[in-house]
Amino acid sequence: MTPAALLQTWLQRQLPLPTRQWLDSQCALLAGTPTDRELNLAISLVSRKLGKEDLRLDAGDLKQASAARKDWDPRGWSVDQAGRVLLLLSANTAAAKFNAWLDQLCQTADVGELVAFYRGLPLYPDPPSHRLRAAEGVRSNMKAVFEAVAHRNPYPREELPEGAWNQMVLKALFVGSALHPIQGLDERSNPALMRMLCDYAHERWAATRPVSPELWRCVGRHADSFAVADLQRVLETGTTPERQAAALALTDCPDPAARKLLARAPELEQAIAEGKVTWNSIAQPS
Amino acid sequence: MRFIDPHIHMTARTTDDYERMAAAGIVAVIEPAFWLGQPRTSVGTFVDYLSTIVGWERFRAAQFGIRHYCAIGLNSKEANNEALAEEVLDVLPRYLPKEGVVAVGEIGYDDQTEAEDRFYRAQLELAKTFEMLVMVHTPHRDKKRGTTRSMDVAIEHGIEPQRLVIDHNNEETVQEVLDRGFWAAFTIYPHTKMGNERMVEIARRYGSNQIFIDSSSDWGVSDPLAVPKTARLMLERGIAPADVEAICYGNALKAYGQSGQIKEDDWLNPPAIDQRVLYEGNSVLRGQQPRIDDLPPIPAVKEEIVFK
Repeated sequence: MTPAALLQTWLQRQLPLPTRQWLDSQCALLAGTPTDRELNLAISLVSRKLGKEDLRLDAGDLKQASAARKDWDPRGWSVDQAGRVLLLLSANTAAAKFNAWLDQLCQTADVGELVAFYRGLPLYPDPPSHRLRAAEGVRSNMKAVFEAVAHRNPYPREELPEGAWNQMVLKALFVGSALHPIQGLDERSNPALMRMLCDYAHERWAATRPVSPELWRCVGRHADSFAVADLQRVLETGTTPERQAAALALTDCPDPAARKLLARAPELEQAIAEGKVTWNSIAQPS
Repeated sequence: MRFIDPHIHMTARTTDDYERMAAAGIVAVIEPAFWLGQPRTSVGTFVDYLSTIVGWERFRAAQFGIRHYCAIGLNSKEANNEALAEEVLDVLPRYLPKEGVVAVGEIGYDDQTEAEDRFYRAQLELAKTFEMLVMVHTPHRDKKRGTTRSMDVAIEHGIEPQRLVIDHNNEETVQEVLDRGFWAAFTIYPHTKMGNERMVEIARRYGSNQIFIDSSSDWGVSDPLAVPKTARLMLERGIAPADVEAICYGNALKAYGQSGQIKEDDWLNPPAIDQRVLYEGNSVLRGQQPRIDDLPPIPAVKEEIVFK
């Protein structure tokens, strides 16, 4: 099944009949040759017509989602978001026209619409053509919009150039967003990001402000000697989750100095080996 | 007691205001589209402004646990640039059906020119097409005649009185507005020549039926706490709490609630999606009723509260 067919199935089983009929009629309208006004009206009316309930999805649905589109993760979507993305996908147009529509819709979007449009990024035609759009979402001052791009979204991992990727990760820390819902954190870590994150940690320390333990996740793999020294500081003086994070980062680090440091914290090394301490356990303590 | 400020231009206000408003018990605000103190010169600046009040400003308010709604329209002052006003009229349909848009507004008359009349009528027609409520700004000059005319024209266009709010009333206009079945809003405005007892007297004389108050705070001298402060004064002067609550909360909710876009549940029991992404109000905390002695005090220095 295509992502559009899945969205339709999920909405069909959750929405009352008159709402379904309205949505079907608007999908049909947009599949034809709608005017700009019809497009705007259909998309805008979605929250009034469908409401804002959570989209009810079970494990089987999530499996189907990632089969329909690699790594697509619609957890946390609401019915209005699903409805808006479905409408966009129903518009049977060439990518160029689709992009012009998307730009126009974003220009006059309300905040709920922006969240929906950015969550839909991995499903749109011609993925590389939306890189600037994605970077624009990352620049947003609205945390909800930022997270629509950054969290549970395969698009940034696949399409964002390194500079934009690094800005996204750093900004997540900056605005107090969690890192663990970002897809591809480990595989896309890089030396430039490692350096930016260590500098950011130093800024926070200088201001005696806390540093998210998740920061170290993107540091370990590419840690240079300065970064290893930072990890040593965290390992020796940090809170429990910070020490766990430092130990995990050192585990990822190929530098022999990292091994030696880890050996000084055998209880953490063992907890990591046994899978008791992971990046997820640090981000979401039970 | 909880409060709604059903007419306030938050884009012109600071985060300090948001904090004080939340602390004083304001749970929701309605921001009508207005002018910016000087006329705009292109439709693009209208587009950006309207996008701001359906987007960024809503998010900004949510950070303080205040729900933000808006009214979309072309204000009467800028209706006088007819070429530009026509372009603005063309973009309004893109905003009217957005989430949280409770009315077409604020529209009406300022100088009562022909151009103002033309665009007021055009927007009344838009309200009918989109099945929306209307928020009417009544003129500061030649107010009585302008208010009567606003109602006459609305009736002429087939707008039902209970779906239209006449704002910026005073003692001279209120009787006719109520008699004709429209909602009557009063703007409480500091530092003018009239005394601060007036709203209390109006509440005493007319009761709380169809009446509510707002601050119309903007970039000028104005008080974003006007609604809770006036509530306090009314309570101190012996107006029944039920009437005070109707005037400062319930009636605005009833009037604009007809849009289906503003509901008590939005702040008492927000949808899960809002709690996750868009509303940083703690519903448990917001559920507490601020007590009367928590309300902002009436300053010892005589602060004159009057009608705009």
